[in-house]
Amino acid sequence: MMDSKQLYQEVILDHNRKPRNYGALADATHRSEGLNPLCGDHIWLSLKVDGGAVAGIAFEGQSCAICKASASMMTTVVKGKAVGDVETLIGEFRAMATGQLEPATQAHHLGRLTVFAGIKDLPSRVKCAILPWHTLHAAFVQEGSTTTEGEADPVS
Amino acid sequence: MTAQTALAVTPPTLDVERIRADFPILRNVHPHGKPLVYLDNAASGQMPQPVIDRLVRYQTHEHANIHRGVHTLSETATAAYEDARRRVQKFLNARQEREIVFTSGCTEGVNLVMHGYGRRFIGEGDEIVITWLEHHSNIVPWQMLCEERGAKLKVVPIDDRGDVILEEYERLVGPRTKLVAITHVSNALGTVNPVKQMIAMAHAHGVPVLIDGAQAVPHVAVDVQDLDCEFYAFSGHKIFGPTGSGALYGKAEWLEKMQPFKGGGDMILSVTFEKTTYNAIPAKFEAGTPPIAAMIGLGEALDYVGRIGLDAIAAHEHELLAYATEKMSAVDGVRLIGTARQKASVLSFYVGEVHPHDVGTLLNEDGIAVRTGHHCAQPVMQRFKVPATARASFALYNTFEEVDALVASVRKVQQLFA
Ligand SMILES: Cc1ncc(COP(=O)(O)O)c(C=O)c1O
Repeated sequence: MMDSKQLYQEVILDHNRKPRNYGALADATHRSEGLNPLCGDHIWLSLKVDGGAVAGIAFEGQSCAICKASASMMTTVVKGKAVGDVETLIGEFRAMATGQLEPATQAHHLGRLTVFAGIKDLPSRVKCAILPWHTLHAAFVQEGSTTTEGEADPVS
Repeated sequence: MTAQTALAVTPPTLDVERIRADFPILRNVHPHGKPLVYLDNAASGQMPQPVIDRLVRYQTHEHANIHRGVHTLSETATAAYEDARRRVQKFLNARQEREIVFTSGCTEGVNLVMHGYGRRFIGEGDEIVITWLEHHSNIVPWQMLCEERGAKLKVVPIDDRGDVILEEYERLVGPRTKLVAITHVSNALGTVNPVKQMIAMAHAHGVPVLIDGAQAVPHVAVDVQDLDCEFYAFSGHKIFGPTGSGALYGKAEWLEKMQPFKGGGDMILSVTFEKTTYNAIPAKFEAGTPPIAAMIGLGEALDYVGRIGLDAIAAHEHELLAYATEKMSAVDGVRLIGTARQKASVLSFYVGEVHPHDVGTLLNEDGIAVRTGHHCAQPVMQRFKVPATARASFALYNTFEEVDALVASVRKVQQLFA
């Protein structure tokens, strides 16, 4: 089991200090807001979908380091990918974070996103990591906002 | 030197090592292989062996339903339950046993006053005064009542230290005020409110006062006759008793005027389909079978605290808090949230720009349990413009070494993010 200090050291701190694709797209075709009321994480995504693929994506907001790093890495990974493939990644990321997909032994497309595999051992932080992905799905299906609680809960 | 100063204070001392030995969880649990440093006492306290033993004895030798049977066990259980009520009475220095209503906790106590007093006596245009420091459990029930009855909620502001602004309080309590509901000690900031003075100010307008004592009872000696409040609510689990236990003190003349909160068995004298006559207080408010063992455990917990003595506990915790305040202030980038003139137990803080949840996760790595979040006091967070804080809260079994461990771990977080 990877301890959380390692998790922080390896990825989170880097993306927390220098978040990639931070800001808002002026010519976005899709926008969504994500809120994790337990943690207070609050992010906004804007993306430009062109010809069935993610041509551009940006995020901004206030959040803990895990959420910010997850959002930052997500933007770098999904840029240029077809929407259908991104939806696959959303499902796989959620499954990995909740411990239903073991990246070491099961097939997946997560690539370097597997650095977040250790989050499953921090149950109170799982939603922090999932929130950006959850918000991305909401943007695709044209929901203006989503939350990690209640009916939209991605974990329960 | 006068005789008076020669006699002055021998500070009561606490044998913390002996006290720690009473709490098995402190030696049984090793988060991440480290000794447990439990600094989340404001959320819930741990349970000492005498209380655990009392629960086991009750379930293994004394259990039956109460107030209902003529058989031996029912009589034993009833006696133990009523004995627990007397222990609560003694602990709060209430005049009479019947002024103690058992509840499932502080939240239920506040809701009982809302339904029993509020829904009977508060109407359109009436006002309820609370403070900015309240826990959601002393905000939401009053909002519900206001919405139902067309009454208004008035909130007394706090200053930058986290002290209630008494001039504003004075201004807000007036002829329309039907109830003042205030916390004794703030769970988010540790502020100790000058409740005795605030109660007297409300009484000058003939207004009854409910005190939320959830965070006060483990740290300050409470005397409801001296305070002269109409109601005082607290939870058992924050004072080393079982979850699901708690009590509401109410002056007998008020409890008698109030309507029942829940209907059911035990709270009636007679029932026909035409008319039901309610039982006398406190039974009127205790419908249904309560968690009997939990209340008996609560009585045992209060006796445990009483044996050690709240003066000695308060003195120890005061020193711990002063030490922690000084050490944490010396860490680069640490900002303390809540610096009231008088505080109990709580140190809320922010480490540089690091989100409190990241702080909490990393402290846990070192075996240190703190609460992170809004502490069910979102208005307080908004007042200090933070989404959340990390909060260390001390109890009688915490040590100076544990404060050192906390400070060392916070330094590591600060360096990791630097
Ligand atoms: C000041 C205050 N009031 C009320 C409560 C509610 O207590 P309980 O959840 O035990 O009913 C709490 C608990 O955190 C508290 O800190």
